[in-house]
Amino acid sequence: MKPAPFTLHSPSTLDETLEVLEELGDDAKVLAGGQSLIPMLNMRLAAPAHLVDVNGVRELATVSASASGVRVGALARHTQVLRDAGAAAAVPLLPQALSLVAHPVVRNRGTTVGSLVHADPSGEMTAVLALLGGSLELRSRTRTRTVGADAFFLGPLEADLQPGELAVSATFPALPPRSGTAFREVARRHGDYAVCGVAAAVTLDAAGRVERAAVSYISMTPTPVVVDATDAVSGRLWDAADWAAAARSCGDAVDPEPDLHASAAYRRHLGTVLTRQALSEAAAHARTATDAPLETAGGAA
Amino acid sequence: MTTRLFGAPVPRSEDARLLTGGGRYLDDLGHDAAAVAFVRSPHAHARIVDVDVTDALDVEGLLAVYTYEDLEGALAEPLPLLIPHPSIVAGRTAHALASGVVHHVGEPVVMVVASDRYVAEDVCDRIRVEYDVLPAVVGVRNARDATHLAHADVPGNVAAHLVQEVGDARAAIDAAPHVLELELDIERSACTPLEGRGVYARWDADESRLRLWSSTQTTTGVRAAVAAKLELPLSAVDCTAPDVGGGFGVKIMHPWPEEVLVPWAARRLDRELKWTEDRREHFVSSAHERAQVQQVRVGFDDAGRLLGLDVRFWHDNGAYLPYGVIVPIITSTQLLGPYKPGAYRVEFDSLYTNTVIVTPYRGAGRPQGVFAMERTMDAIADHLGRDRVAVREANFIGPDEMPYDQQMTFQDGRPLVYDSGDFPATMAKLKDLVGWDEFAAYREQARAEGRRVGIGVACYVEGTGVGPYEGGHVQVETSGKVVVATGLTTQGQGHETVFAQIVADELGVPFEDVTVTTGDTRRMPYSVGTFASRAAVMSGNAVGLAARNVRTKALRIAGDALEADPQDLEIVDGQVRVKGNPSVGLPLSTVAVLSNPLRYAFDKASQAATQFVVGDPDSPPVAEDDEPGLEGRDFYSPPQSTYANGMHAVVVETDPETAEIRILRYCVVHDCGNVVNPMIVEGQIHGGVAQGVGGALYERMAYDEDGQLLNASFMDFLMPYATEVPATVEIDHLETPSPLNPLGIKGAGEAGVIPGAAAFASAIEDAEGFRISAMPISPSELFALRARFAAGDIPAVRTAPRPEGTS
Repeated sequence: MKPAPFTLHSPSTLDETLEVLEELGDDAKVLAGGQSLIPMLNMRLAAPAHLVDVNGVRELATVSASASGVRVGALARHTQVLRDAGAAAAVPLLPQALSLVAHPVVRNRGTTVGSLVHADPSGEMTAVLALLGGSLELRSRTRTRTVGADAFFLGPLEADLQPGELAVSATFPALPPRSGTAFREVARRHGDYAVCGVAAAVTLDAAGRVERAAVSYISMTPTPVVVDATDAVSGRLWDAADWAAAARSCGDAVDPEPDLHASAAYRRHLGTVLTRQALSEAAAHARTATDAPLETAGGAA
Repeated sequence: MTTRLFGAPVPRSEDARLLTGGGRYLDDLGHDAAAVAFVRSPHAHARIVDVDVTDALDVEGLLAVYTYEDLEGALAEPLPLLIPHPSIVAGRTAHALASGVVHHVGEPVVMVVASDRYVAEDVCDRIRVEYDVLPAVVGVRNARDATHLAHADVPGNVAAHLVQEVGDARAAIDAAPHVLELELDIERSACTPLEGRGVYARWDADESRLRLWSSTQTTTGVRAAVAAKLELPLSAVDCTAPDVGGGFGVKIMHPWPEEVLVPWAARRLDRELKWTEDRREHFVSSAHERAQVQQVRVGFDDAGRLLGLDVRFWHDNGAYLPYGVIVPIITSTQLLGPYKPGAYRVEFDSLYTNTVIVTPYRGAGRPQGVFAMERTMDAIADHLGRDRVAVREANFIGPDEMPYDQQMTFQDGRPLVYDSGDFPATMAKLKDLVGWDEFAAYREQARAEGRRVGIGVACYVEGTGVGPYEGGHVQVETSGKVVVATGLTTQGQGHETVFAQIVADELGVPFEDVTVTTGDTRRMPYSVGTFASRAAVMSGNAVGLAARNVRTKALRIAGDALEADPQDLEIVDGQVRVKGNPSVGLPLSTVAVLSNPLRYAFDKASQAATQFVVGDPDSPPVAEDDEPGLEGRDFYSPPQSTYANGMHAVVVETDPETAEIRILRYCVVHDCGNVVNPMIVEGQIHGGVAQGVGGALYERMAYDEDGQLLNASFMDFLMPYATEVPATVEIDHLETPSPLNPLGIKGAGEAGVIPGAAAFASAIEDAEGFRISAMPISPSELFALRARFAAGDIPAVRTAPRPEGTS
């Protein structure tokens, strides 16, 4: 378990990084947190001729939050994002999901953008980006482009990142007012890749009725598709909505595969259970996020 | 009077070193050694057609490439079958490097030596081996069906076949009022110590001596095996175990191919060589255990008392049989647990498969045997509608029946005779500890809240302290410090502490003055090894006996010096003194000086000794039957194993929706005779319970039908984290001393793991209300079982027994 020989490049600025990447093209891999790449190198599942270590590019280690969302730089560690109070206030789904990403030692080194670029269908952040309609900013020496989550994830471990490009940041937009989110997952061991995971977002109208409900999955679909669950609950009061029906309505959108840890039937079952739980919790958060006292089903009865 | 250390929770003296990074493990040695790596078979069963190294030869740093054809003499012969047994009908062992045919994925085919491990792996990548792939045999049932053969020349895949019978079990069952049959499955797991195997060898060409370090559980065994394979005099080989990061059985197996190949190449190349196993190698080339298919037929009376027990099982021994049939023999005998089986018949086949070899893993066949017996007890209770504990109690051997002869032959070839134990008392403690009698109400209350909780119980008896012997050497230096050596090795158990406690008590010296060395053949060349929960029993008694010899000699010399009768002397805090008159005496350091007639006054202790005169001036300075020096050596060799026992109860909650299994409580009552250090015994139990949780709920070896191990990493082989094992293991002790050894102790090393799978199966069954017949069990499998139960495919069990006294 020792990597094949490679040449290490250690640029210290973004410009320098983009120059090196352009020069090396296909032969280069970017090393940020290394939590997926290093094991792959050690097991010789990947053997790039060049590694471009961006850990010295401090200008990428940023997290900036505003009312409209959170922008996470390529070198921001999961822990840095998880502990950022502004990010948590603007996009509560970030800490909800990040606290389920592996263990503290992994989060201390692993980067949020790195896990997106890795495009592992079990990675929590892929579902978060998709559900929120977020995007990645990809830069090469000659151009900058912004790619939405719906276009960025092409397949398992495959993303729309071209040779010479660096994903410099990810943007997680804030949801409209009166929205709530939740992340539920079942993993075999604490911190493992989930057998099934669901990110949910619910938006209520001013009267506390469901305006929009949507979910996104990990370990269930090859790429993090967003499933709209609004139909089954539209216009219902947040605590009277039939979240189980909403969850069942999402079932057709996923066709999970079996693996060593779970049969397809069990995964599908978990998908429905966790979708209901996540939607219901998200709705409760949405209710809390509203300012005015609202009518509830209990109160109305 | 010095406080007695035996029985005290003395903090472990090795912890400061091990917990602050001061440990020295195999890979910490030999910084400048060249590295070894192996090309291993990617196929489970294949003929080697060609090995092409052409592309590898120009890699800078390459030192040597070896295949089977390069091996010579004894090294070219198959590796030894360590423990022969009459039941073995076809004993097959591997060659150090594969010869002609590979029999499992991971078998070493080509050995590469290079300047460092990176280069060695680069070379491995460039070596092309062409194989002619043969059908693979994977899994117990496929091996039993024998559609294909794991070894072309072994009919039916049968390595060994054994029947033991006491009475006429089948007739007893046929005549019994109640009869049940069970079919049970246990899957593979493995020891998976944090540190894998490793070997470091230094050949001294000037002295023609080999210095060897191995991450092993037996240095004497490795030394003898290497000397034999390399055709060296035993006296030219020294072997030491450095700090070892866990063994759990996999490192008692020896010699591993690497253990003979690395020193062989070191000598041939005249270079220091080191091989450190990596995790991926460990999964596919070290040993596994546990897989069995069992059929039980039992006859019993209305009280649930066993009248006849007929057990047939098939044991997966993997591709080779280097360690013999120890594991299935233990299963077949220790299955009996604390019970009187009535008539008992057991028959097993040990079968070859094209998978990694099977050798003892902590528990060594007992978890499977306990699973069979405890599943049977629960099935009887369910059949009769009786309380599960009551059925067990009806079958217990009574304390007044000790010693109890099960009339079987144990793995050591000695009679299976339990030396002591009080099973009803142990169970009474467990019922109190877990609140057995109150649980039914709790379960009903939980059910009313929509929760599913269940309780399980499992009992075991464990033969520990297997012979033939261990030795101890104790020496008091002229500084007064005491050095102790015993030959068996240590993997973190706390031997440095426990053996020092025993010696300090026996000699009357401060604990801090005693230093213990283990696993160094230069210090103690006669030893067996660390396995079978034997270290405390064997080496504990051996160092105790050796220390007693030293004490006798010290009192004799001091008596001479003080002109006192040795019987009137005592040793307290390192001072030999007259009983009742503590002002008259001399330090043990002075006695050590006096014990050697050659007395150069190197230091103050020597000068201080000059005031005393010992020995008869008219006799030789070293009397006949005496030796210079204040030291003693002795060996402990027991007539048979000593039998520890214990009982576990676990409370689980299963999620009605997600089928996740949560441990609410884990309770242990444990009897290992006199306890030397309760803190260390509890630590052993905690670790064992953690491995039991792994074996019950998480770990399996996921082989596909071609013999590829699909989960050969800690990402997919689910060793439980700290978050998956109970934060608290509730423990109560019973101490029924062993009458077999001077210290009255029994082994404790394996205990915690043994009843794990059985207890969890019982608890999950209780929570779910249907029969559990296979372990381990995952949430996905529990989900599938619920579906099968709902469809009527598996039987229900009664989870709320009828009150005793009704029928």
